[in-house]
Amino acid sequence: MADASPERDSPAKPRLLSDPKFRALVFQIIASITVAAFIFFIVRNTLTNMESRGISTGFGFLDRASGFGILQSLIEYNETSTYGRTFLVGLLNTILVSVLGVFFATIIGFIMGVLRLSSNWLISKLAATYIEIFRNIPLLLQIFFWYYAIGFNLPGPRQAMSVGDSLFLSNRGLYIPAPVFESGFMATGLAIIASIVAVIILARWARKRFEATGQLFHTVYASLAILIGVPAVVFFATGAPMHLDYPSLQGFNFQGGVAIIPELFALVLALSIYTAAFIAETVRSGIQAVSHGQTEAASALGLRPGWILRLVVIPQAMRVIIPPLTSQYLNLTKNSSLAAAIGYPDLVAVFAGTTLNQTGQAVEIIAITMSVYLVLSLIISIFMNWYNAKMALRER
Amino acid sequence: MNFKRISVLTAAATAGLMIAGTVQAGATFDAVKKKGYVQCGVSTGLPGFSATDDKGNWKGIDVDACRAVAAAMFGDASKVKYTPLNAKERFTALQSGEIDMLPRNTTWTFTRDTSLGLNFAGVNYYDGQGFMVSKKLGVKSAKELSGASVCIQAGTTTELNLADYFRANKMEYKAITYDSSDETVKAFEAGRCDMLTSDQSQLYALRIKLTDPNSAMVLPEVISKEPLGPVVRQGDDEWFNLVRWSLFAQINAEEAGITMKNVDEMLKSADPNIRRILGVEGVKGEFLGVDDKWAYNIVKQVGNYGEMFERNVGEGSALKISRGQNALWNKGGIQYAPPIR
Repeated sequence: MADASPERDSPAKPRLLSDPKFRALVFQIIASITVAAFIFFIVRNTLTNMESRGISTGFGFLDRASGFGILQSLIEYNETSTYGRTFLVGLLNTILVSVLGVFFATIIGFIMGVLRLSSNWLISKLAATYIEIFRNIPLLLQIFFWYYAIGFNLPGPRQAMSVGDSLFLSNRGLYIPAPVFESGFMATGLAIIASIVAVIILARWARKRFEATGQLFHTVYASLAILIGVPAVVFFATGAPMHLDYPSLQGFNFQGGVAIIPELFALVLALSIYTAAFIAETVRSGIQAVSHGQTEAASALGLRPGWILRLVVIPQAMRVIIPPLTSQYLNLTKNSSLAAAIGYPDLVAVFAGTTLNQTGQAVEIIAITMSVYLVLSLIISIFMNWYNAKMALRER
Repeated sequence: MNFKRISVLTAAATAGLMIAGTVQAGATFDAVKKKGYVQCGVSTGLPGFSATDDKGNWKGIDVDACRAVAAAMFGDASKVKYTPLNAKERFTALQSGEIDMLPRNTTWTFTRDTSLGLNFAGVNYYDGQGFMVSKKLGVKSAKELSGASVCIQAGTTTELNLADYFRANKMEYKAITYDSSDETVKAFEAGRCDMLTSDQSQLYALRIKLTDPNSAMVLPEVISKEPLGPVVRQGDDEWFNLVRWSLFAQINAEEAGITMKNVDEMLKSADPNIRRILGVEGVKGEFLGVDDKWAYNIVKQVGNYGEMFERNVGEGSALKISRGQNALWNKGGIQYAPPIR
């Protein structure tokens, strides 16, 4: 640093101002102070102006009763709940759409990406057509398309299509029976958790044994047997403490059961299909990034094509695929805010829409909403970076 | 996209609040006078209140509220520019100064009047919330609607009234909330919901938009009070006065029998009340900061309240809504204006 003791080999003590390290530090401090002062000024000015215009500020509104209903809620909610609760309902609905969208987009995207490289001309061209069509149409139009095409063309609830009087499909959504757990279900729940733990231990053991002795163990079949068998035995041994709540038509709508509303269906479908087109291209480029020599070497070793893909190509392709895949997941999450267009009650519709309008506290609500999307995106990023680090090339 | 629009508006509002200096009394009044036109926030298309006709001109009683103010201020009702807003955007647009006044079928409520930094200048239409159902359902009363799905526009008092009504009557409902009223009509027509709820005047307007308007009916129940009126920002009493008295002038003119046709003859009337309204004697326009002929200009160019009503939503329109509560106080309604004296 600049105030270090005089050095023997320097003829004269350098002047402080001409020390590049010191100057860099000074400029960085000045820049930071300017930014902080600017933010402080903006925030203070906003508050002062809002106060002088008689606009209420603060977050007290979160404790007030909302007084409106929400179409779909994953937690207990009614009109007497607070605005804080509507925020949670909206947030969970956004997370639901994002998780479902990421799940289906990944599956469709990987399948399409692999098919795109198929040696079968027809399959490859079909995948290419899919990618080019859905990648190049604005997402909002696709959401409208699926909503109007599917949601609006189904029969009314009184003419609903039904399967065995337990599944009902109408323009009010898909109604399926809901499981109702009775008091003795606890044992089955514990059995499920126990069997999951057992499967994990089994898989580790099988892997160790494979690495040590080269003997293969049928992990998949054994796991399935444990996962299904153990809970089933416990379930029936405790007297099957669960029944199904079947939906039935009462008045205007179905009552009971679980409803998948058309808004959710259309939104997940549109988001998955749209994002999957991008993921497919990512997967294709990842696979093509693996040198063809690898495939040839694997087949020279006598591996079957399926195995080559699974054991040689995909693990190496993943290193190329994961970073852009993260971006696609982030896009999907943020795009889910288009839900408001078709009346799906996500965070933007419920909180940055209705709540904003009822309370008029635009600045606070938009700030909260933006922070939520930021936090969601950062969580996805952190997870994907962790996964990326795990999949990265490790030198042994 | 609406979310984008909202974001942009909110960002603009926030930026406006961030940068704007202190508010001065008369700021809006002076700014409007200086720029030479009134920036008027209206709906994105609600026949009778604010909608464009086939030539692209804005028409409706909310549009006329702005035209009346322009007539009073500039002596020319055409000096108005329009900003179409959906329900969610409207208050932000007014707060940020993007528009000067907001006559957008907006219900006057306690929360809006006290916590948004806004003032309601009067009531240009007394409305109430109702229900529209498909005739196929065979429903005669809203009380039979338990369990129904309801299409509704986001960001309105309607959402709250609906919840209140069903709760009070111990009925279930499912609200599907869309951004614009056009979408509620589409969803209603496709059978996504059993009924559509909104202010009664809007229900008649939206019914016209159905492919077959006769397939739907408006139920008799009115479940709320919806006094609709023009809104202005707090902090400029001069502007508030002008907007408020432009409406009062129209109501007073109807009461005194002054119409668009006879207003010139009325200038020669001996009736002191008429002479005062038209600025011939007594009160001066300068109290409002405008010309003495301000009310004359309003009646001459926009018409009195009754004429405006009939032309836009009454017998002269496709809506054919009767005066009802909106008749003058001495004709069985509740429209009443303080005297001009």
